[in-house]
Amino acid sequence: MLKQLYRAALLTTAAACFVFTSLASFSVNAKGVYQSGPDFFTEVFAQQQAESKVLWLTPEIRSQAAAIVGHPVRGLRIRYHQSDSKTAWILEEIGKEMPITIGVVVEDDVIQQVKILAYRESRGGEVRYPAYTAQYKGAALQEDYQLNRNIDGITGATLSMWAVNKVAALALYYHAAVNQSSATHQP
Amino acid sequence: MKKQLLATIVGLNITAVAQAATPSMEEMWQMIQQQQGEIATLKQQLRNNDARIQETEVIAEATISAVEQISMAPSASSKTTFGGYGELHYNSLDRDDSSASKDEMDFHRFVMFTGHQFSDNVRFFSELEVEHSVAGDDQPGEVELEQAYIEWDLASQHSAKAGLFLLPIGVINETHEPNTFYGTERNNVEKNIIPATWWEGGAAIKGEISEGLSYDAAIHSGLFLDAGEYKPRDGRQKVGKARADDFAFTGRLKYTAIPGLEIAASVQIQQDVRQGEGETIGGTLFETHVAWQRDDFQLRALYAQWDFDSAINNIAAGADEQTGFYIEPSYRISDNIGLFARYSEYDNLAGSATNTAVEQVDIGLNYWLHPNVVFKIDYQNQDTPTETGYDGFNMGVGYSF
Repeated sequence: MLKQLYRAALLTTAAACFVFTSLASFSVNAKGVYQSGPDFFTEVFAQQQAESKVLWLTPEIRSQAAAIVGHPVRGLRIRYHQSDSKTAWILEEIGKEMPITIGVVVEDDVIQQVKILAYRESRGGEVRYPAYTAQYKGAALQEDYQLNRNIDGITGATLSMWAVNKVAALALYYHAAVNQSSATHQP
Repeated sequence: MKKQLLATIVGLNITAVAQAATPSMEEMWQMIQQQQGEIATLKQQLRNNDARIQETEVIAEATISAVEQISMAPSASSKTTFGGYGELHYNSLDRDDSSASKDEMDFHRFVMFTGHQFSDNVRFFSELEVEHSVAGDDQPGEVELEQAYIEWDLASQHSAKAGLFLLPIGVINETHEPNTFYGTERNNVEKNIIPATWWEGGAAIKGEISEGLSYDAAIHSGLFLDAGEYKPRDGRQKVGKARADDFAFTGRLKYTAIPGLEIAASVQIQQDVRQGEGETIGGTLFETHVAWQRDDFQLRALYAQWDFDSAINNIAAGADEQTGFYIEPSYRISDNIGLFARYSEYDNLAGSATNTAVEQVDIGLNYWLHPNVVFKIDYQNQDTPTETGYDGFNMGVGYSF
């Protein structure tokens, strides 16, 4: 009986391998990328006129951003889209080994949406589920630059969860930096 | 009279001055022509400046883009990743019958990860471990290759791997960095029943059936229980010239659709843990667990059971059934400190009529100096029917990166 079960399992697995290998030829590149950046901005600002803008990473902003994510921030500027008090950001952060591309929408210093646009890690992809990312809606930044709420994690996806937490906090900080900058420049 | 004369002289002077300051029509025309020329020159300068500004913007954009490309583009070396974890333990334990004690300091595990991304859909991952610090003849430790496999994506939600990999069973077998679990030592149930950490050589596929429901299936080398052995932990061959007369199969279903909740069940079938020597002994492992986190509260519970053919009872009576379970509530009192308690019970001779179970209660705390660096202290109370359980304190420090 045990041998029969074993052989059945062996055959089933071999058949599954064959089917998936056959599928691989046309869908292999779809792995991990769920939405492009332009499509994300179009979706976010479907009913609004949004302007593409740039936040320059001044030494002060760069320093604080590095403190939030725990490592130096690369690049010279961050591109974002804005309409009135609503900003949308596309940022990347490494979970364990590979970068996770994350879209964050902030309005009036509160997160409206977090969306995983691309996930490339081998494990921990559960962070892209809407049920998980919905936890970030309404989150704001505390004085210590941490999110002001607990995010229920996923066993085995801790590093990915930390990456999303960092990006959510970073987008809130960038949003505040942008608003502070535009307020300064108002006549 | 004098006053009139003075006024006349002054008036004549003013008129003369005024007549001298007013240009003629011809002079006016020349001045206008001159000003027109200056305006034209200024306009040309303005156009030149605009062009230069535009050119400067293009140069600046090109320079910034180039700098960003250089600073942000993945280099060849970034395709190869490096990481690791480690943990130092101190145990101060006394046996219940006072016949022995265990007071020792041990760098239990020093692990290095190396990975390489060959392409978007083909990658390599490995884990090399030094256990107990010193390896060699008559030394307490060993050098072990715990993972070394090639993984490739078959489709958007499905991937396969081949090589030496950790089996998809239990909570800590695949995720066991010290900062991810409570307690200085790993729990006894997964260690002695599953037995974690457990790796085999073979091939596997994994993927998502629907959102939050994933599967794993693997064909791999099996256990080998040599003469006189009956515990699964003794049967791990660690893929070192491993006997492969009979393979084994492992399958797992995992549900993670609700944030904070994981429910999983694994089944493993061993065709013959004697690998063709003597009487055939087949075995089936069933394991299920739940991990639930809500705000600062977390609960982990696991049950595992081996059913071997009754022929194993010729080696040790009651070894045909080997079971264990634990339940572990924990509470995070701050970002840095978490308290836990664990009740566990395992029995490698559960099929016998006599009581042979090992019970253990652990309580303790983790202090995270950093999310990846943890200090641990806990107290354990272990009870066995033969008074061979160990009680006492464990302390440790661990890290991962």
